[in-house]
Formats: sequence, C-alpha cells, structure tokens
Amino acid sequence: MRSKAPFKCIGDSMMLQDLVALLPLVVIAATSIVVMLSIAIRRSHNLAAAVTVLGLCGAFASLFVAESSAPHKVTPLLLIDSTALFYTGLILAGCIAVTFLCYGYFKRQESSRPEELYVLIAIAALGSATLVSAIHFASLFLGLEILSVALYGLVSYERDLKVSVEAGVKYLVLAAASASFLLFGMALAYFELGTMEFGKIPGAAARPDVQPVVLAVGGVLILVGIGFKLALVPFHMWTPDVYEGAPAPVTAFVATVSKGAMFALLLRYVDQSGALNSSAVLLVFSIIAVASMFAGNLLALLQSNVKRILAYSSIAHLGYLIVAFEAGGDMARFAVAFYLVAYFATMLGAFGVVTILSTPGNDIGDLASYRGLFWRRPVIAGVFTVMLLSLAGMPLTAGFIGKFYVVAAGASALLWVLVFSLVITSAIGLFYYLRIIVALYSHQEGPVAASPRSRQEGSFSFAWTVGVLTVAVIAIGCYPSPVLRLIQNMITGSG
Amino acid sequence: MILAWLIVILLAAGIVAAVAARWSVAFTRWVSLAATLLDFALVVLLWVHHAGEVTAGASGTWLEQMDWTWIPEFGIHFHLALDGLSLLLLALTFFLGALSILASWTEINESVGFFHLNVLWILAGITGVFLAVDLFLFYFAWELMLVPMYFLIALWGHERRIYAAIKFFLFTQLSGLLMLVAILSLYFLHHQTTGQYTFEYEELLNTSLSARSALWIMLGFFAAFAVKLPLFPFHTWLPDAHTEAPTAGSVILAGLLLKTGAYGMIRFIVPLFPGAAREFAPVAMALGAVGIIYGAVLAFAQNDMKRLVAYTSVSHLGFVVLGVFSWNELALQGAVMTMLCHGISTGALFILTGALQERIHTRELGRMGGLWAIAPRLSGAGLYFALASLGLPGLGDFIGEFLVLLGTYRDHPMLAIVASVGVLAATFYALRLVQCAFHGPNSHGWSIPDLVPREIAIIGLMAGSLLWLGLNPQPVLNTFSPAFHALQSAVQMHR
Repeated sequence: MRSKAPFKCIGDSMMLQDLVALLPLVVIAATSIVVMLSIAIRRSHNLAAAVTVLGLCGAFASLFVAESSAPHKVTPLLLIDSTALFYTGLILAGCIAVTFLCYGYFKRQESSRPEELYVLIAIAALGSATLVSAIHFASLFLGLEILSVALYGLVSYERDLKVSVEAGVKYLVLAAASASFLLFGMALAYFELGTMEFGKIPGAAARPDVQPVVLAVGGVLILVGIGFKLALVPFHMWTPDVYEGAPAPVTAFVATVSKGAMFALLLRYVDQSGALNSSAVLLVFSIIAVASMFAGNLLALLQSNVKRILAYSSIAHLGYLIVAFEAGGDMARFAVAFYLVAYFATMLGAFGVVTILSTPGNDIGDLASYRGLFWRRPVIAGVFTVMLLSLAGMPLTAGFIGKFYVVAAGASALLWVLVFSLVITSAIGLFYYLRIIVALYSHQEGPVAASPRSRQEGSFSFAWTVGVLTVAVIAIGCYPSPVLRLIQNMITGSG
Repeated sequence: MILAWLIVILLAAGIVAAVAARWSVAFTRWVSLAATLLDFALVVLLWVHHAGEVTAGASGTWLEQMDWTWIPEFGIHFHLALDGLSLLLLALTFFLGALSILASWTEINESVGFFHLNVLWILAGITGVFLAVDLFLFYFAWELMLVPMYFLIALWGHERRIYAAIKFFLFTQLSGLLMLVAILSLYFLHHQTTGQYTFEYEELLNTSLSARSALWIMLGFFAAFAVKLPLFPFHTWLPDAHTEAPTAGSVILAGLLLKTGAYGMIRFIVPLFPGAAREFAPVAMALGAVGIIYGAVLAFAQNDMKRLVAYTSVSHLGFVVLGVFSWNELALQGAVMTMLCHGISTGALFILTGALQERIHTRELGRMGGLWAIAPRLSGAGLYFALASLGLPGLGDFIGEFLVLLGTYRDHPMLAIVASVGVLAATFYALRLVQCAFHGPNSHGWSIPDLVPREIAIIGLMAGSLLWLGLNPQPVLNTFSPAFHALQSAVQMHR
C-alpha cells in the first residue's frame, strides 16, 4: 500500500491561477456568507433574495474568467475544465431559477421567515459545483455532504408543517445512511487501490495484488450512495415522499440541481476510472436503467398527486439518462449534457407551475385541483402543457430533441434492450402526462379552486422565471444548434 | 422557398386565429379559411407552373425544393422537396382542410380560437410529412401532427372522447418511436459504410444494408405506417378516434392522416428497402386483403353511422396497401387514386354525418329513417357518396380500386380475387347506410332543416371533384407518373 498523503501539497501550491480557476466556487461561497451577514444586520426578504441572485449571477459571470485558465487542476481534488464549467453554469442557472421561484412563493406568506432559505440555496449550489469539479473521493464526499446538509434544511424549511418535517427527516436518515455506504465503499476502494484519485484508479486496479472481491464490494457501495442521490431504482424510495412534502420550489431544486450535479459527477467518475470497460458494471447499470424506466413510469400511473407523478417521472428520466450514459464516449457525454439541459429547463418549468399555484403550507398537488385550469388561467395551463409535452418528448419542445439524442446514443452503441425498454416505457409514460393534460382542459371544475389568482408582490418573479423557461424549452426544441455548439465546445475543450 | 411558406402560413395563421378569437370569433374562422385557401391556391399555382414537367415524365429530380441547414452537428437539414406524389396529396390536404373548417363553422362554439389553432397545426404537420426529405424532419412533422389531433378529439369530441384520444395517441406514439429507432439505425449504418452522418433521404437511398438489418429497419418504419394507415391488426384505434372526433377531426383523420401512412410506404419503405419490401410484400398484401374484407364486414354490422364510415376506411385503405406492395405502375396509380378519392368521399360522408348529428343529435342508424322526404338534398348527397364509396363507375373511387385490382392481378391473382369480394361487400354496407338513414317511413317523426347554402357548397365541391376524378383521371395519373418513375429508379438502383 502506498502511503502518499493526499493533502500535503495544498498549502504551498495555491497560486493565483488556482484562484482564478476556483473563482466561481469562491464567489458562490462568498455569496452564502454575505447573505448570512446581511440577514444578521437587517432581516429583509427582498434584500436576501437580491443578494443571492446577484451573487449567483456573479458566479455565473466568473465562469468566463475561469474559462481562461481551463483546464486547470487545483490540488489533486478538483479539476476545473470545460466540463466542470459547463455543469457549474447549468447548476447556477438552475439555482437562479429556484431562487426566483422561492422568492415569489414565500412572498405570499412572509411569516415563515424565508431569508435563511437563500443561504441554504447558495450552500447547496456550492456543494453541487464542487461535485461537478471533483476528481477525487475526498472532494466527491465533501461536495456531496455540503449539498446534502443544505438540502436537509431546505426540504424541511416549513418547520411548522408536519409533511415538510417528515420529508426532511426521511431525507436526512436515508441520505445519511447512503452517505455512509458511499464512505465505506470509498474506504474499501482506497484500501485496495491506495489511491483516491479517479484518474489513477485504472492503473492501480491493474496491479496483480488487487483483490477483485473487495474492489467489487467497494464499487457496489459507492454505487448505492450515488444511486440514492439520483433516485435510481432500487434506491428511489424516498423520492415521492420528499417531493410531496418539500415546498414546491425546493422540490424543483431536488429534482434538477442535485440530480444533475450527481450525474455529471458519475459521468466523470466512470470516464476517468474506466469502470464502463467492465461488462459486469455495464450489466448492473443496464439493470438499474431498465428498472428505473419501468418502475418510474408504471408507478407514476398509480398516483393522483402531481408532485408525486413528477417524482416518478424524474426517476424514469434518470433511467433514460443512464441509457445515454452507457453508450460511452463522446456520444454519451453529448447526449447526457443535452438531455440534462432539456431536463433542467422542463422540470424547473413544471415545478414552477406547481409553485405558482401553491402557497406555503398549501402546495397544490392533487390532480383534481388542476381540473379545468385552462378555462380559468389559460396561460399557466398552456405553460404546464408545454412542460408536460416536453417531458413526454413531443416535438417543438426541448424534451423531443433530448429523447432523440438519448435514443441515438443507445442505438449507436447497439444497446437494443435498453432502447426498446425506453421506447415501451416512454409510451407508458405518455399515459400519465396525458392524464394531467386532460385534467387541465377538462370542462368540469375541480372541487378545490386552486390558488389565489395573485396580483401580489413577487408574482413578477414567477412570470419571468416561467416565461424564460418556456421560451427556452421551445427555442431549444426548434433550434438546438446553439446549445449543441456549446456542448461541442465543452467536449473538445476537455477532450 | 414557397414550400416553407406552405407550412409557415398555416402555423402563423393558427396563432393569429387563437389570439384573435378573444375579440372576434368570426374573424378567427375567416383567417383559418383564408390560410388554407391561400395554401391551396399556392399548390394549384405550383401544379400549373410545373404542368409541363409534370406530364413530360423522365426527369427524376424534384419539381421544387428548398434546403436549409438546421442542426449541422448531426447532419440535419430543413429539406423540403416536392414531386408529383406530394403535389397531389398537398392539394388534397388543403382542399379537405378548407372544407373541414367550413364544415365546423356552426358546430364548434367553445374555445373557437384554440380549435382552429389545432386544426391548422395538424395541417401544417401533415404538409411537413408530405414534403420532408430529411428523415429527422419527417419524424418531427410526423409527431407534430399528434398533439393537436389529440386535443381535437379530447376537447371537442363526443361521448367517449378521452378514451378515444388517449388510445389514438398511444398507438401512434408507440409505433412512431419504433420508427425513430429504425431511422436512427439507418443513420448509423449509413455512417458505418460511408463515414458520413446524414438524414438526407436521397443519400440514405444508397445505403447498402445486409438483408437482415434491412428487414428489421423496414419493420420499424412499417410499424409506424401500418398503425397510421391502419392495416388490419393495428386498426383498433381508428373506429374509436373517428367516431368520437368532431366533424373536422374525422375529416382530417380519414382524409389526410391515414394518407400519411400510405405516403410513407410509397416514399420510404419500398425505395429504401426494396429487397426487404419484396420479401415482406406477401405478408403485407395478405393483411391488406384481410383488412378489405374485415373492414367491410364490420362496417355492415355497425349501428353508429360514424363508426360505419370509419370501418369503411379500414376496407378502402386495404386496397392502398395492396397497390403499394404490388409495386407496378398500374397498381400504384390505383393506390394514389384511391387515396385521393377515399379522402374526398369519406370526408364527405363524415361531413354529412356531422350535419345530421347537428340536426337530430344522434348517430344511431336505428333512430333515423325516412329523412328523404324532409331533407332531400342531404339524403341525395348521402346516396351519392355512399355510391362513390361502393365504387360506382364514373366516380373516382372506382378508378382507384379498379386500377389496384388490375395491377395486383398480374402477380397475385388470388389476392386480387379476395379483394374484389371486398368490392362486393362494400355494396352491402353502403346500401344499408342509405336504406336505414334515408329511406323508409319517417317513423320517428323527424322534421329537420335541409342543407343550408354553406353545406351545399361544401358537398357540391366534393361531389364535383369526385365526378371529375372519375371521368377524367388522366391529369392525376400524369402527375404521379414521373414521381413513380423516380421512385422506381431508386428501387432498381439497389438491385
């Protein structure tokens, strides 16, 4: 066993260039501190939200500064390359959207003291950004925990509400358990390989004295930890409850940013460690993908709560992503990146609609409340329809192009079982998307007339967020070339 | 450029119609009508303009085309092209489109704007299908037809509209996804042999495929087209969808949507996979022949007038399959002729049924009878189109079916004999329709207004065009002939 101390060099090698590369992370971290201090000085919802948005936008802008030094390895822990920057940008965009949604949502009920929420969002953004730059088990775990701890707070943010607290506790217990699985798995891997850097794993694993059993157990345990965060079957049990219990904008965060960051990490881990070269790993991922697609889509059929339907739908979508991911190589990177962009925009939009209709403490999830929405609030119903069609992968929406590339990736790697599972399950999936759409346009009024038709303060933030997301979903669906070029640059940049 | 305008006019008019409905419903109707008539005029203009080339034959190239780069990263072009076949079907599309808007002038009173948006967008999708020569674009347009059609059935349909709409959507979507997989396989196989990524129809024509992969890929295309057509075992969505749809929906479904399936077979299946198609032809033709008899027998047994007409479609489209897979000029001329005339005659029957339902609020044949005395014009028109449907010489349907039988008899005399039994069976259902609805005593004491001038105009135009096609089919045959020779040369290139 080699005993190279992994942290030895941190102190003396921090150069200016490192700081430039780390600038986005630094700005995000600073944002969380500034927001916290500003709350300590003056408790103002508007101020806290404004500082957060400014900070996140600043971080987004700093990506372009960091790009000048990419690819750059900062300590053995982080690699700031174009892939990391791309996904950080995606995460930041998602966080900004979530912040806007939170602002409008909590503006309706200021009594719940929403200011600290923004601190947590910034911290979660930091964790996610760390994850997508991680090339080392230590930074993986660090990022994961920063993200998770912030999420515990976010999920149970409405602490007077039973469901919210319940969801938070459930998430806490399961996430902590899965994190310990992950930790144990990493320990086993380190024990066998003597390295925690992803890039050195293939070399170390090739050594003759490595015991494959221990390594396999370690790999499985790591997979448990990652699978939990991604809510892949069979680690998906928490998803519907947490989605239902968490405040709607937080659910949007859990569904997009947290999963997207984890998936980007998974992609990098597998890329660098060469795990996909083993047929056993491929088989395991295939089983997980098929199970996620079928379970997600079939269980969604049984739900009557929109938030739960979207929860199961997101399980299925992660299954689709695994199909693209298994194709391997540039095709996989391309398809996954594009699909995540489409998925982010669509899921944020869908939960944005749920958020608009809800008030804190009274999230509108029941399908019956959506009945006849089109005849009362045609614009919102129209937006929701676009999002649902995008989730279903219909043309003129981003989801269509996304699904197209996933099938393309699967077909290019001749993964026929996965491709046909995708085809069958996404046809099943249509059922429940159509069920919601039918309800939206039904002529009978629902028993609960959902939500105040708000001309209150803060509704502009909804209008802007959801408006931008809708335009993005349709624009990407009609003319995806700009996004594709961006991804192309990302891949060639880090190739 | 003019080809893109055909689509853009419809899409734009749809949005204008939807927005304008807030202020003036009449304006919405006029805009929609004007858009379809404008497109019709453009097509007629194209026809006249190319009249020389159309009849001259020989030239294998397109009459008109336009090619824009759309998503260069994947070799996707916005490539539209027109030949004689597309020209004829486009003329039918805009003719029936305009008439179906006229036919719903008084039937649709709820959310008129959204209704016309859907109708126009379906027509845009169909136009795209008939024009696209980039397979990605083709699939895009293929899927684009679905959602508005779904809305049309689900929102303005009759009693069991939700069930019918979902069934329609699932059948077509699942089969469409199979086609997507097939398209992508072809795309990648083409890349393997030529090193070039392209969805271009003319490029893909030259792909050399092993017999086995050609068969599988062809089956993927076939699944989509057979469901749309619909071929015998895949037809179960059709009676429901046709019956529950509003009049305009039924006309567009029967007249146009079904033709996209037949068009796909002619344009894609045989030219792209001539070997596999020849191998598969006996199966397809047998299914077509079974469909002819089966549709006729079931039509005879129906009590719902719309359902009866719907089953006749299964029967008539069987002839088209027979003609396509015989693949000789005579049979294909017949198939195209049948497509056009079936569109008009069945469309007219649906319009009459709709007019009748608007007056007596039932479609049950048992509750009709004796209408001739009180509504002679309506009943006379019913008789006329029923006779057209059973293949009365002098009307267009006769030419089509006769040519198909003639063409089929050369190579497959048995199938031709079976199919001609279907022609006989058509007499039974057509005459039963007339007898139950219009003849006999007026035992239910109906007293209804006869056709109004608007309806007379619609019916008159349709009756006139059927007669024209029946007495002077040569212009149509001449228009299709060069297109056939171009397709034929593609087929022979493979041998």
